[in-house]
Amino acid sequence: MVPVSHVLALSVILFGLGAAGFIVRRNIITIFMCIELMLNAVNLAFIAFSRYLGDPDGQIFVFFVIVVAAAEAAMGLAIIIAVQRNRQTLSIDDLDSMKL
Amino acid sequence: MTLLQIAFFFLSALALASAILVITRRNAVHSVIWLIVTLFSVGGIFLLLHAEFLFAVQVILYVGGIMVLFLFVVMLVNLDVAVKQAQFSRQWQLALATAIILMAELAYGIYRGHQGFTLAQTSAVPPTIGNTQAVALALYQDYMLPVEIASVLLLVAMVGAVVMAKRKLE
Amino acid sequence: MAEHALQFLQANPLTYAVVKILIVFAVLSGLVAYLVYMERKVLAFMQARLGPMRVGPWGLLQPVADGIKLLLKEDIIPEGADRWVFLIAPAISVAAAFTCFAVVPFAGNFFVTDVNIGLLFILAVSSLGIYGIILGGWASNSHYPLLGALRSSAQLVSYEVAAGMAIVGVLLVSNSLSMVEIVKRQQEMGLWNVLVQPVACIIYVIAAVAETNRNPFDLPEAESELTAGFHTEYSGFRFALYFLAEYTNMVLVSCIAVTLFFGGWLRPFQSVRALDFLNYMPPVGLLGGAVFVFLLGRHNRVPMERVFFIGLAVVLVLLAGLVAIPVVLNAVQGIFWFTVKVLAFLYAFIWYRATFPRYRYDQLMNVGWRVMIPLALANLIVTAVLRYFLSSHGSASPAARLIGF
Repeated sequence: MVPVSHVLALSVILFGLGAAGFIVRRNIITIFMCIELMLNAVNLAFIAFSRYLGDPDGQIFVFFVIVVAAAEAAMGLAIIIAVQRNRQTLSIDDLDSMKL
Repeated sequence: MTLLQIAFFFLSALALASAILVITRRNAVHSVIWLIVTLFSVGGIFLLLHAEFLFAVQVILYVGGIMVLFLFVVMLVNLDVAVKQAQFSRQWQLALATAIILMAELAYGIYRGHQGFTLAQTSAVPPTIGNTQAVALALYQDYMLPVEIASVLLLVAMVGAVVMAKRKLE
Repeated sequence: MAEHALQFLQANPLTYAVVKILIVFAVLSGLVAYLVYMERKVLAFMQARLGPMRVGPWGLLQPVADGIKLLLKEDIIPEGADRWVFLIAPAISVAAAFTCFAVVPFAGNFFVTDVNIGLLFILAVSSLGIYGIILGGWASNSHYPLLGALRSSAQLVSYEVAAGMAIVGVLLVSNSLSMVEIVKRQQEMGLWNVLVQPVACIIYVIAAVAETNRNPFDLPEAESELTAGFHTEYSGFRFALYFLAEYTNMVLVSCIAVTLFFGGWLRPFQSVRALDFLNYMPPVGLLGGAVFVFLLGRHNRVPMERVFFIGLAVVLVLLAGLVAIPVVLNAVQGIFWFTVKVLAFLYAFIWYRATFPRYRYDQLMNVGWRVMIPLALANLIVTAVLRYFLSSHGSASPAARLIGF
């Protein structure tokens, strides 16, 4: 039997790693992957609670999170391709034309 | 230690190690590979928590679908330039500190609430119907409207992605 | 002795599982090796040639020779290749192919495990095989492999959709995701799913051919345009791994098709009393094999080989005698029919290769997206609607029984 706090601890560390990667990295694709990492950490917490409350609702949330992640990945990657085509760069520091 | 616990600790260690590799690799393809390992081990933990259906969804959709898309895009865009550029943003010390504070905050919350969770453990009875069936019943009875909305969202995303990625016809 | 061993295994489920895994792995590896031999022989037969004849009697040791050759060849890693990814990619392909067999029921009394998400498990794990192809093609740092990998993965993704939807049709009929339950359901109905879901069956078989990169869908390795496709840069042992993965996948999709649509381990016409004599097919089949081997080897000019063939015939006769014992007969009944059906499927795979010309890439995509997927969707909708109406009016009606609800 794995205590729920263990799973939650893992979830927190994964989320923290995702967040750290998100603000530290410059490459858009890696940043995007860090978002997926955070989403997964949250999914893990949902499932842990669903298991320990004996209620499938948490799993339904995870299902929707995965569906939204799929939609987000499709759109996000299309945007990345468009950016790469127009700017020839993937570094977020170079994408500053909206700055004053 | 039971087999279950050994499996849990092994999968957690794998997930964490590969997550660290995801955010530190210079080459985006390597990041994708390590993210696949992370997602797979998280899926394994889903299995340990008796969420078989979501394990399958995680592997089919995330690992078999979304990550393939990532790999395609990484191969389509030119990586040679990106590998040579600086990998970390200029204020990385500040950013790292923020992330650590965030983690500490969440950890503190869990530590304080940890008594509350252990109580709920007793209700972890083996379910009478299969996990897939339980999820399906909840999805198509209680959450019918969200399912419809999610499918519309997917359709919109699909059309949007095609429009965005298409070259302009000139 | 045997009983003790059995008791020990039942008391230690983990050991039992490991033993079963080892058996399945060993048998599969041997089968795959001889599948290559079978392919060469059948193709030769269809083209009125002899095929491999030199290594061993009738070339029976050819797989061994091929294996030794591949193992001893130089293992080349191209310059500029991504070393680790290049090394690991073939292993991913093989691992994904073999893992799926964990949930395939070879007989009612022999399967590694029966999980309640069996079908989803197969869909999930087989979708991992694509990484072996993409990563291998990318890591080679060469143009042909990259193009081959992109083609191959696009093909796999497209046809996986169609195959998945065909499988959902079966799922609607059998009410379960467990592979064992799906076969048992066909037993209860007294009908194989191929009669209940003919469209799904056709779609699945075509998609299976495409997913295993076999002719007429073998574009990823179209040697006339891409030299060898995604594994152009591979050699020696690692090339052998890709080869192994491809043939294992062939066996796998045959097993799945047999389980889902052709009644798995069930005997043909199990519900027909008059055909019960078919239960004696296993010993009769072995005897037939013995006669065939004897007639084939009797006039062989090499004395050693003549002795070998006659010895083989004797062994087969003895085996037939063993199988004719009622207890043994019951035990091997399921595995016999399963093997026969799978071999028939594998024969068909080779037959396609001898018969059909290769598709062009755009034709392949057109067939996948404009024909297969809409057809699979239509089949799914029709099945769901029928299922809803028939099950709400009581499943006892004759019409409902006919299509299996």
